[in-house]
Amino acid sequence: MITDKEKLELVISGVGGQGAILASDIIGKAAVLKGIPIRAAETHGMAQRGGSVVNHIRLGCELGSMIPLHGADVLLALEPAEALRYIDLLSGNGVVIVNTEPVLPVTVTSGGNDYPDVSKIVEVLKSTHKVIAFNASELAIKAGHPQTMNVVMVGAASKYLPVGKDLLIDCIKEMVPPKTVDINVRAFELGREQVPSHNQ
Amino acid sequence: MSTREYMLGNVAIARGIVEGGAQVISGYPGTPSSEIIDTLSRMDDRNFYVEWSVNEKVAMEVAAGAAWTGVRSVVVMKHVGLNVAADPLMTLAYTGVKGGMIIIVADDPSCHSSQNEQDSRKYADFSLVPCLDPSTIQEAKDIIPYAFELSEKFGIPIIFRTTTRISHGKSDVKQGEVFENRPIAHFEKLVDRWVMLPKNARVRHLHLLDIQDSIASELEKSPLNELTINNDPQSKMGIIASGIASVYAKEAILNIELDASFLKIGTYPVPKGLIKKILEHAETVLVIEELEPVVEDRVKIIANEIGSGARIIGKTGDFVPGVGELNVELCEYAIANAFGVTKKSNIADSMVDVADLVNITDIELPLRPPAMCPGCSHRAVYYAMKKVFGNDAVYPSDIGCYTLGVQSGTVETTLCMGSSITLASGIYHAGEPRPICCSIGDSTFFHTGMNGLMNAVYNKANITVTILDNRITAMTGHQPNPGMGKTATGDVTVDISIKKLCLGLGAKFVEVVDAYDYKATEEVFKRAKEYAGTSVVIAEQACVIDARRAGIRLKPYIIDVEKCTGCKQCVKFGCPAIEFDAKSKHAKITALCTGCGVCVHICKFGAISVVEQ
Ligand code: SF4
Ligand code: SF4
Repeated sequence: MITDKEKLELVISGVGGQGAILASDIIGKAAVLKGIPIRAAETHGMAQRGGSVVNHIRLGCELGSMIPLHGADVLLALEPAEALRYIDLLSGNGVVIVNTEPVLPVTVTSGGNDYPDVSKIVEVLKSTHKVIAFNASELAIKAGHPQTMNVVMVGAASKYLPVGKDLLIDCIKEMVPPKTVDINVRAFELGREQVPSHNQ
Repeated sequence: MSTREYMLGNVAIARGIVEGGAQVISGYPGTPSSEIIDTLSRMDDRNFYVEWSVNEKVAMEVAAGAAWTGVRSVVVMKHVGLNVAADPLMTLAYTGVKGGMIIIVADDPSCHSSQNEQDSRKYADFSLVPCLDPSTIQEAKDIIPYAFELSEKFGIPIIFRTTTRISHGKSDVKQGEVFENRPIAHFEKLVDRWVMLPKNARVRHLHLLDIQDSIASELEKSPLNELTINNDPQSKMGIIASGIASVYAKEAILNIELDASFLKIGTYPVPKGLIKKILEHAETVLVIEELEPVVEDRVKIIANEIGSGARIIGKTGDFVPGVGELNVELCEYAIANAFGVTKKSNIADSMVDVADLVNITDIELPLRPPAMCPGCSHRAVYYAMKKVFGNDAVYPSDIGCYTLGVQSGTVETTLCMGSSITLASGIYHAGEPRPICCSIGDSTFFHTGMNGLMNAVYNKANITVTILDNRITAMTGHQPNPGMGKTATGDVTVDISIKKLCLGLGAKFVEVVDAYDYKATEEVFKRAKEYAGTSVVIAEQACVIDARRAGIRLKPYIIDVEKCTGCKQCVKFGCPAIEFDAKSKHAKITALCTGCGVCVHICKFGAISVVEQ
């Protein structure tokens, strides 16, 4: 019943508070509207206070919610260090879409640790995988609000998803606060433009 | 397809509660269970009563009382909450219920947000209360109406066990019909049922034992249990998996393309007949379950009863880990090892940790533990506390967002809800000569901290009790509590004064201070430290997340680079909005600042000031 075209294993990683859950909700809702079965696992609770968070989304799946190691097709990282942290979930020919704007953890701001060079992180990711890296946080500001960064990233991921752009936009419109619909749609478009069309 | 909706597991469970026709729902927040009552309390046209109770024991008794009147009730808690509610549970098993009652317990294998990973199925065994253990979100929703029927049929409450991956997973869920038959509550005066005098208790204990067999044969037929016998009669492999682990095991079997008999178990008592069948077919039976070997032990007993010589492994033989969550890789690993087949993926290293990865990439990836929010009042109180009491003092603490203050050196114990004041008392009475200052949040104080304070005052513990009153139950997702003047559904109610409560419990030194007023907090702590006896400091300030939701916006702060000497004092305070710029050797405040103004008092050089627009 499930076609291969409907299958996609997606990991969304980031920092608690960046809106990883809304990002996965938009995608999940659109998939269900299209009739694709879906299983997802999310980080709630303690880690949401600025900790590292990871959501697994299995489109076209009727089994468990956890993507096995090296099983993901796309890793959507809302933060560069959090791309590297979960890279092992990505399959060899998977793609990393990464926001290059870092969020410094407390271990860096008030502990003694250093945050690695973002260019170095991207370089390491590129040594093993296909990488699409851009500053989604700046695009979010351009769209009208820094908090729409997650929607920028959904836009970027959209070219890989087995659901159409219009359906995703409809879901965004339904799920964000009414006053912010235009900003969010703009954010989605800006993110989508970051990924070359032949990836579709 | 339009009837399918993308839902969080806990939202689906809430939907199941509605479909099951529950009329009274109570609970205490705790990850991963909180969204069940959050969802119910936010529904628009409710035809049920829902409350946040002050603790799980209270919640259990509220739900039991309701079920004794003949209506259907549900109580919701996390796994450790069942310890608090274990007292009513054990005797409720004797009395039983009239209306259906479901005890929803959310286990947290791997301790994602918990202090332990105890297995609630053990409580089912202990109390002789049946337990249902769903394997998917759809199943979790669908079995709630069934659980009510079961409960009513046998007049016994049902434990419904969910785990983090069900509760905090999402899936497309198909909704069902709502049970429309809503009985009118009527408390029948059945003294021999509801009054557990020894003479009645003895009778009810016998009754409880009597109904076990009928419960077991009823559950044998439950759709939660499912046996598939392998195709090849030569294959002598059997796999039994329970709850969510059965889904992982299924995927692993598909991956390996193994022809084994497979029994999925979702009920306790376990389906004895099905277990016997698989034992007859297999020479080796691998039992895959998260945490305790509950099923495995049963299978061994049944094998013994029927004289089966099958080799039963799982936790036995270390094929399946006894700690933490399972996943597909671990199941593949166990199956491959148990039956000597080759696993498909290379998963021997399935628990690769970040440290390994870092070695491979030669990048040092900083850890990202959760931390208190920028502007969180707890940080300010801890800073003042540490300043006054010093490094040498002893700092018992409790469970809440403030536990994240462990880096600040003022969280030195976390045992269970409400244990800060009591541990402090014990440490004092043992003769510990150093000053003792404990901390506890408002909700935890209402939960079980109050008893500890009463005990401390009564028994003359010379300790300081700090109540971090941020007027909300923050960590679990901002639920209301008795100090806030509103109920779960947002109705206005009395707001219970923590100060009056402490005075009522006999404390003589009780001072309230604004947690953002750093100087005042320091002064209060000094007096509290000097006080001989139990002193209580109530530090009030709204949780910043809740304040933001309420529309409160404070002006942000800025660091003047001319005045900043780069001493890092403010950086050590640990507010995530304060960063140190290694190049310019100055601290700076980022856009995360919520304007609490506390760091102003920390900078000795007056470099921090408010941004006047
Ligand atoms: S959620 Fe509220 S209480 Fe918890 S860390 Fe943030 S500000 Fe503090
Ligand atoms: S005022 Fe200072 S301590 Fe408070 S949130 Fe802003 S930077 Fe952090």
